[in-house]
Amino acid sequence: MLGLNKKDGTLLLIVIGLTLFAPFLLNPFPVESELAQFNAGYPDLMQRFVIFGIFAIGFNILFGLTGYLSFGHAAFLGAGSYAGVWMMKLLSMNVIPAIVAAVIVAGLFSVLIGYISLRRSGIYFSILTLAFAQMSFALAYSVLTPITGGETGLQLSLDDPRILTGGAEGGNLPVPSLFGLEMRDSFDLVLGSWLFTFNVGYYVCAIIMIAAFYLAIRIFRSPFGMMLRAVKSNQQRMSYTGLNSRPYTLAAFVISGMYAGLAGGLMVSMDPLAGAERMQWTASGEVVLMTILGGAGTLIGPVLGAGFIKYFENIFSKINDQILHGWFAFLPDGLENAMVALVHPFIGKGWHLTLGILFMLVVIFLPGGLVEGGQRVGRFAFRRRNKKAEGAEAEGAAKQPAE
Amino acid sequence: MGVLEVKNVGKRFGGLQALGNVNLSVKENTVHAIIGPNGAGKSTLLNCLIGKLIPDTGSVMFDGQSVLGRKPHEINQMGISRVFQTPEIFGDLTVFENVMIPIFAKRDGAFRMHAYESVSNERDITEAAERMLEDVNMLDKRHVQASSLSRGDKRRLEMAMCLSQEPKLLLLDEPTAGMARADTNNTIDLLKEIKAKRNITMAIIEHDMHVVFSLAERITVLAQGTPLVEDTPANIKGHPKVREAYLGEAH
Repeated sequence: MLGLNKKDGTLLLIVIGLTLFAPFLLNPFPVESELAQFNAGYPDLMQRFVIFGIFAIGFNILFGLTGYLSFGHAAFLGAGSYAGVWMMKLLSMNVIPAIVAAVIVAGLFSVLIGYISLRRSGIYFSILTLAFAQMSFALAYSVLTPITGGETGLQLSLDDPRILTGGAEGGNLPVPSLFGLEMRDSFDLVLGSWLFTFNVGYYVCAIIMIAAFYLAIRIFRSPFGMMLRAVKSNQQRMSYTGLNSRPYTLAAFVISGMYAGLAGGLMVSMDPLAGAERMQWTASGEVVLMTILGGAGTLIGPVLGAGFIKYFENIFSKINDQILHGWFAFLPDGLENAMVALVHPFIGKGWHLTLGILFMLVVIFLPGGLVEGGQRVGRFAFRRRNKKAEGAEAEGAAKQPAE
Repeated sequence: MGVLEVKNVGKRFGGLQALGNVNLSVKENTVHAIIGPNGAGKSTLLNCLIGKLIPDTGSVMFDGQSVLGRKPHEINQMGISRVFQTPEIFGDLTVFENVMIPIFAKRDGAFRMHAYESVSNERDITEAAERMLEDVNMLDKRHVQASSLSRGDKRRLEMAMCLSQEPKLLLLDEPTAGMARADTNNTIDLLKEIKAKRNITMAIIEHDMHVVFSLAERITVLAQGTPLVEDTPANIKGHPKVREAYLGEAH
């Protein structure tokens, strides 16, 4: 299918299925139930899932394939965001020019940073990218205020020219749209006590993410992708094989920078506001966590990691003591309070703690990330199924190594 | 005129004259060994040939062009492949991919942005890689991850990677260093096999006399950074100067 082998084709179909049916899959609990707070199927969060998925897919092309750990990728996301908002201020509220400009600006920006940073490798490369990103953040926050809006961030205003569509009509700020289709438009489907929301913005992001994922598969399976893995494996051998690793790493850096720009462009297409904090090192660190948590160097890993972290950030942080009291209400009073006190540091504002512990567990026990966990579970289930099917006779054979 | 012409090459590290006035000519289709005791300047000379070091004086001409000041990948593209002391392979990649990469490098040059094509569709590359693996008897291991190969197989794979580029000159840097006798003999057999199958020019830097005398057609003896003698193996064996340099024997 589409030039992919069977395994990759299946993977792509799974991703397409998961993203298109996400409004159902993420809202498994009825609206009125106790568990409704675990529903993640609201437009804002679903958009963030796929946008950060794109960000992580792109980051993985650099980190997963070449092993160059960039700690400054948020700078490209921020640059893309600013470019996107400027397009909406200057041209029109259509998201297409905003997204295209975001990708181009982030691409150019990453050529500049990549060209300098890639003169070093290992920790020095990481530090250089971090330094550049922090520099961009500081500039956006102060000196570049006319372009970036400084502390308040860059936002739309009523007197923007918007030369393609004319100024704002009436006293309301216009909203981003795709040829008249407004990004914030939603369609609610009520089935019994379940509510599913289908949002235009989400589906625009989802389709772009599927395209980005497809492109990533092609890059992974291409000769170019093979060379990038060769860079990670042995640069010495690479140069003595007649290959110049510098342009390969720069190309990977720019591609992942453009993915980050795309994510930034989509972010402002959903909510036309760009702030400098988007470039801060915490944002760069987040995408590193997503990629490692999901499984660096795997195709689906970064998307899983992005979803996982965003889910934690938005759902776990909402749980408060009151809800905990509700959960432990069946216990005697003293015990109930003790349990609540025990769990309290891990929820609400403490979600970072839970995430940190989970991250440590994954890195220690599953170096391949969530994908490796999935593979282990899959292998285990497969072996058990085989055992059951073949009965006692196979028991002896199964004790021998599987592969 | 040889394929590789080294003229008056000198290299100084601080107060140490590592190489002083080395002249060397490697003729086409010969196996030329460069031997010498520890510290004779063998590795320095090799590093000057492949662009890792730039000599202070003299010239290194390969195939009529100077190699000095060129980057390692450019020198490789000129037709010099190198086998390392410890096999340098792409450990994370499969054996098959390891052999495909040099063939890609040979066809597409130092860089090509072929990011949308699929590796499996590059028929001419995959077929050439299969032929090469068959040549070195490793076709059955093609899907094995290279880092899990035995040391002998790693050496074999590295050799296959270099040969798949059809180099005009193959440089071998102590190909048997740290090997057991059996492995050393296997490597000698492999090199003899390669030599018999294709007409190839080889330059071997070696410490082990057994290897040198079983392979070389021409030998240069290096001592304290200068060539002592250059001759055929038969003449080198009994040469008094060589004995002196190696054993420190006084006559």
